Amino acid sequence: MPGTFAEKLLALKASRAQVCAGEIVRVSPDRVVSVGAATALVISLFRELGVDRVWDPSRIVLILDHETPAQTISDANAHKMVRKFVKEQDIAHFFDVGEGICHQLMVERGLVVPSDLILGKDSHTTTYGAIGAFSTPVDATEMACLWATGETWLRVPESMRIDLIGELPAGVSGKDLILYLLGRLTAEGAVYMSLEFHGPGVAHLSVGDRMTVANMSVEMGAKNCVFFVDPITVSFMERYSNEPYTRIVPDPGATYREVLQVDVGSLVPQVACPHEVDNVRDIGMVEGLSVDQVFIGSCTNGRFEDLVMAADLLRGKHVDSGVRLIIAPGSRQIYAEAAKAGLIEIFLNAGALILPPGCGPCFGSHSGILGDGERCVATTNRNFRGRMGNPDSEVYLASPATAAASALTGQISDPRNFLGRSNLGG
Amino acid sequence: MITQAFSPLPDPKATLSILEGSILRLPHRINTDQIYSGRYLSVRFHDEMAKHVFENLDPGMRSKIKPGTIILAGRNFGCGSSRSQAVTGLKYAGIAAIVAVSFARLYFRNCINQGMPVIVCPEAYELLQEGKMARIDLVGGSIRSDGFTVRFALYPISC
Repeated sequence: MPGTFAEKLLALKASRAQVCAGEIVRVSPDRVVSVGAATALVISLFRELGVDRVWDPSRIVLILDHETPAQTISDANAHKMVRKFVKEQDIAHFFDVGEGICHQLMVERGLVVPSDLILGKDSHTTTYGAIGAFSTPVDATEMACLWATGETWLRVPESMRIDLIGELPAGVSGKDLILYLLGRLTAEGAVYMSLEFHGPGVAHLSVGDRMTVANMSVEMGAKNCVFFVDPITVSFMERYSNEPYTRIVPDPGATYREVLQVDVGSLVPQVACPHEVDNVRDIGMVEGLSVDQVFIGSCTNGRFEDLVMAADLLRGKHVDSGVRLIIAPGSRQIYAEAAKAGLIEIFLNAGALILPPGCGPCFGSHSGILGDGERCVATTNRNFRGRMGNPDSEVYLASPATAAASALTGQISDPRNFLGRSNLGG
Repeated sequence: MITQAFSPLPDPKATLSILEGSILRLPHRINTDQIYSGRYLSVRFHDEMAKHVFENLDPGMRSKIKPGTIILAGRNFGCGSSRSQAVTGLKYAGIAAIVAVSFARLYFRNCINQGMPVIVCPEAYELLQEGKMARIDLVGGSIRSDGFTVRFALYPISC
């Protein structure tokens, strides 16, 4: 029987000839990833299990990214506990505060390759589908058991196929594509499903764009999301990893719960309005709303190409006097590349505040919490009430280009109005 | 399937599978930030977590939860982040079970991992009312409340 990507990959990982959607399989992930101060909770749970040693220290990745650097005694003590655990258990891959965001580091440091099965403590673990891996989030209790046993069960998901045609217009990026899909399919549109991207339009998407789409696929409820290995993936992997990998593609005639087609060439900049990720509008419907803060960063849009997109608009200009522009590079490597390319200087001259590589203000625990009644345009992934720390504030999700344009004018603005004055989207 | 006044004989071995408590009705699409704010992610004590549940949704909501309270939620309950505190907090606040039209995948899995009964039952959301007592039979697959009995499919469902 022809199999989907999820069916074929999970069959391989479960050492079975074939599995079908709906079946429950036992699998051993290639790597498991736990992040932030919450890892201290996983450690406590692991101790409760009464197991002395982790199953395989080379397959466990620990990353301190959510609180960078620690802002409270509680976070600092949690980080301390993680560092101690790393030494005690000889954890092979540990990234301390300042190295970057987990999803960026996993890809950048070659810790994930196509056709890997990765389980992560962070909900945006779906990101690695961008390079053809199967990756999905689990909670702290399950992470603790994975550390102990290296095994868990997974239900083989049904699949949805999205065929992309066309090429993104200038000023429109992967973020606009995923926001458009969220608006069209809703936050429940892909619950439990494996999302496969097909079609000629995929060839025009960079790995960065694919990461943004795969990252936010979880906002539609997807279990995982995948872009198949193509020449773009191959050249990306050559840069970041020496590991050999297999390629898994779905069989012709595989069964899909739903198939839809999107002409990415017809997309305009999209904005997700408060307080739902699928409350998505074309930019024209929200243009002109005043803005107090703009944040460019996060695992969704903190990559080098995102910073380039923002710098193209900000070069030689200064943000509106009523706006605080906060930028957090996704990793130390991105920060270094941005400095070398002159982007940091552009940001500083534009009046931006630069945070260390990490999750930044995205989830509202520190650095950039909003005041009562304030409005923020953010390149992040969630705009739920209180997400950025204050229930009495508003978060509008948008692309780095839209965020930069809005910082310049002090109101939500269409980045395409700045085309011609920059090489945006080139 | 909905049947009125349905009253199966309880299996004596299954007495622990009977849960009783009052219903707390919630809207559709309650997300994890509404259940447990990111501000409290570094909290490590369960009782402290329990104090902060639903703060972003409605600061008055917490006082409605008593030991045994049953959440009756709409579609896609628990969408959002992987934070296990959004389950732990509810468990230690006294929530005995969560009945919903549908659950977000990760939240559903978190509940199973933490021993929180999760029940998919759209009919319950249509019929059952806020504040009424409900009796859930986890083995028999039924919920009784205020003269109604609704049935739900038993595990495994999906994760």
